[in-house]
Amino acid sequence: MNKIIEMEFFSENVAKIVLEAPDIANSRKAGHFVIIRLDEKGERIPLTIADGDKDKGTITIVVQKVGASSAKLLACKVGDHILDVVGPLGHATKIENYGTVLCAGGGVGVAPLMPIVKSLKEAGNRIITVLAGRSKDLIIMEEDMRRYSDEIVIMTDDGSYGKQGLVTAGMEEIIRREKVDKAVIIGPAIMMKFGSLTTKKYNIPTEVSLNTIMVDGTGMCGACRVSIGGKTKFVCVDGPEFNAFDVDWDQMMMRMGAYKTEEHTAYEKYLNTVQENA
Amino acid sequence: MENIADYIREGRKDDWRLELRKSMKAKERTSLERVQMPEQDAVERSHNSIEVNLGIAEQMAVAESLRCLDCAQPTCTTGCPVGINIPKFIKKIEAGDFLGAAATIKETNALPAVCGRVCPQEKQCELSCFYTDKLNLPPIAIGHLERFAADYERNSGKMAIPNVAESNGKKVAVVGSGPSGLAAAGDLAKLGYDVTVFEALHEIGGVLKYGIPEFRLPNDIVDVEIENMRRMGVKFHTDFIVGKTASFELLREQGFRAFFVGSGAGLPRFMNIPGENFNGIFSSNEYLTRVNLMKAAHEDYDTPVLSGKNVAVIGGGNTAMDSVRTAKRLGADRAMIIYRRSLEEMPARKEEVHHAMAEGIEFMNLHNPVEYFADASGRVNKMRAQKMELGEPDASGRRRPIIIEGSEFDIDVDTVVVAVGVSPNPIVPSSLKDLKMSEWGTIIVNKENMQSSIPDIFAGGDIVRGGATVILAMGDGRQAAAGIHNYIQQKVKAS
Repeated sequence: MNKIIEMEFFSENVAKIVLEAPDIANSRKAGHFVIIRLDEKGERIPLTIADGDKDKGTITIVVQKVGASSAKLLACKVGDHILDVVGPLGHATKIENYGTVLCAGGGVGVAPLMPIVKSLKEAGNRIITVLAGRSKDLIIMEEDMRRYSDEIVIMTDDGSYGKQGLVTAGMEEIIRREKVDKAVIIGPAIMMKFGSLTTKKYNIPTEVSLNTIMVDGTGMCGACRVSIGGKTKFVCVDGPEFNAFDVDWDQMMMRMGAYKTEEHTAYEKYLNTVQENA
Repeated sequence: MENIADYIREGRKDDWRLELRKSMKAKERTSLERVQMPEQDAVERSHNSIEVNLGIAEQMAVAESLRCLDCAQPTCTTGCPVGINIPKFIKKIEAGDFLGAAATIKETNALPAVCGRVCPQEKQCELSCFYTDKLNLPPIAIGHLERFAADYERNSGKMAIPNVAESNGKKVAVVGSGPSGLAAAGDLAKLGYDVTVFEALHEIGGVLKYGIPEFRLPNDIVDVEIENMRRMGVKFHTDFIVGKTASFELLREQGFRAFFVGSGAGLPRFMNIPGENFNGIFSSNEYLTRVNLMKAAHEDYDTPVLSGKNVAVIGGGNTAMDSVRTAKRLGADRAMIIYRRSLEEMPARKEEVHHAMAEGIEFMNLHNPVEYFADASGRVNKMRAQKMELGEPDASGRRRPIIIEGSEFDIDVDTVVVAVGVSPNPIVPSSLKDLKMSEWGTIIVNKENMQSSIPDIFAGGDIVRGGATVILAMGDGRQAAAGIHNYIQQKVKAS
């Protein structure tokens, strides 16, 4: 049982949740994720750890409402308990002094990017961060990011905040302006695909963190398998970070849609129960 | 384990045993017929998840126990990896002391109701039974009797816990709560250790929970055995991955003096053929975990599972049988086994194959998939298979399957479950730099005491064997518990 200590809504559909998880807080590093199960009937959902506090024994996750399970999670209140939280899972991010690192985060992908930016900064890198979202309310954690970035560029599709344009436009502007030694891109699969096509054009080594469907998160089931450089890898134990240029994005996106129908039905059902209880 | 023979011999000269032996002539005993396990109707059961085997009634158990000759040199016991005193528990049943029979089993077996259901007795105790060995008659139904004794005790409301030595306050960690971990924990608790079992998943039981389906091993039965271990003082910690949530080093600092690693073979193998990553193609681990652990087939549980009308399960082991019979229960019209050798070489238990056939499972033996195709959304819709024939025996002693060139044909499928084996789970080994591993990723141990290359770490079950049975894992767990006991005693003496 893990108590919810704090909840902060960035927008109607995105919230930061601070959870009691002392063991995980103690051992987690940038790049790690957890699997949570809200209640007895809940599914196991992988979520990357956005932050942690060893002294307080807490970890932070950021959740976006995309279906029934995330909606139930966002309907929780401070003081509620999450039945299961297990981790930290996956390999931690390899942190080195690369020189100048371009960090691009899209939507809630900014949350897992946060500890990586922090660690890279602490390792002496110059950090240029691009935050992207459809509109202003989907740009999250700007203040936190600003603290660890030497420069920050904000891109919105509709131009409601920062510059108007896609994440790739913001990235390309920087790459053309100065020498970039490394890129880290985290966000929706489609954003990582096009972001890494951009860095590939300029031969900038690029890491991405994949967020595939998982069940156990410990290598046991293979639900998260993706094709990396033509070989099948498990995101949970081989990743979640991979060389972006090796990822078969189309296969990954196809696999992420495996339960589209079921997810839709579950969400409809959830909305109905919420309405009935209201 | 050297005094198993003494343990088995002890008590054979007790008056009650002598009397029972005298009460009936051996010839009369051997002329009795072996009991038949009652089963749920095949058509009915292929649509529900209730247990297939219904268990034997009291009078059937007593009748079966009469067949046992209480041999002077019992051979059945040599076939039992956990060293159950088989003649003694069977004679207790003959004497009508069913609780005594259960207590006898529990002296050496932490999970009697589980083993009575899933052990391959035909390859172990029953294979070495005097009836099989010398009389060429069906063996004593040792497995059915074990299940009977365990079930009788559970239903009696008088569950006894084995004798537990006074606590010695020494902490031992067990990593993984599957059969090997539970067996090790049980023995260590009996010896007085302060045992904590760490489990990565949210449920205790490992493969007994996520792998073996309800219709073969109901979860409630596993839970009762686990509850019993709690009563023996064993502590359980779910959602905890040793090597991740906390390092071995940190646990040592917290006072754990030794570790038993039974983290299992949780890394599914795929065949690496084209199209294998299409949607609707699962490892058996994923398919069974969604259904068994996450209860995907229950309307009110959130986890979904894709299970269609034409389901092909690749493989011929027990896990393949569990998967294909699960598919049938989830509503498949065609549930098929695709196996590259013939029925004769099939590694699954005969009972499971027989049950599957009765339930209408199609067996496409001597077939092998070569490629999968999908619809526009990426959902698998076709499997290309080729036909095989058998050649000379290979290293496993089974005849090698050979491809029949030009025999490819397509089968309509909407769901595929790949059950071609598992590899050892990499999480624990990768957290220990100095741990000696084999080239297959299994932990190398001293076979005598199950000690690894790191002195305070012992291991057993599939992480050492690479894929075996519940009972062999349990045997390892028991052996490791004895090894850990020795190790800690020597450490104490030395200090």
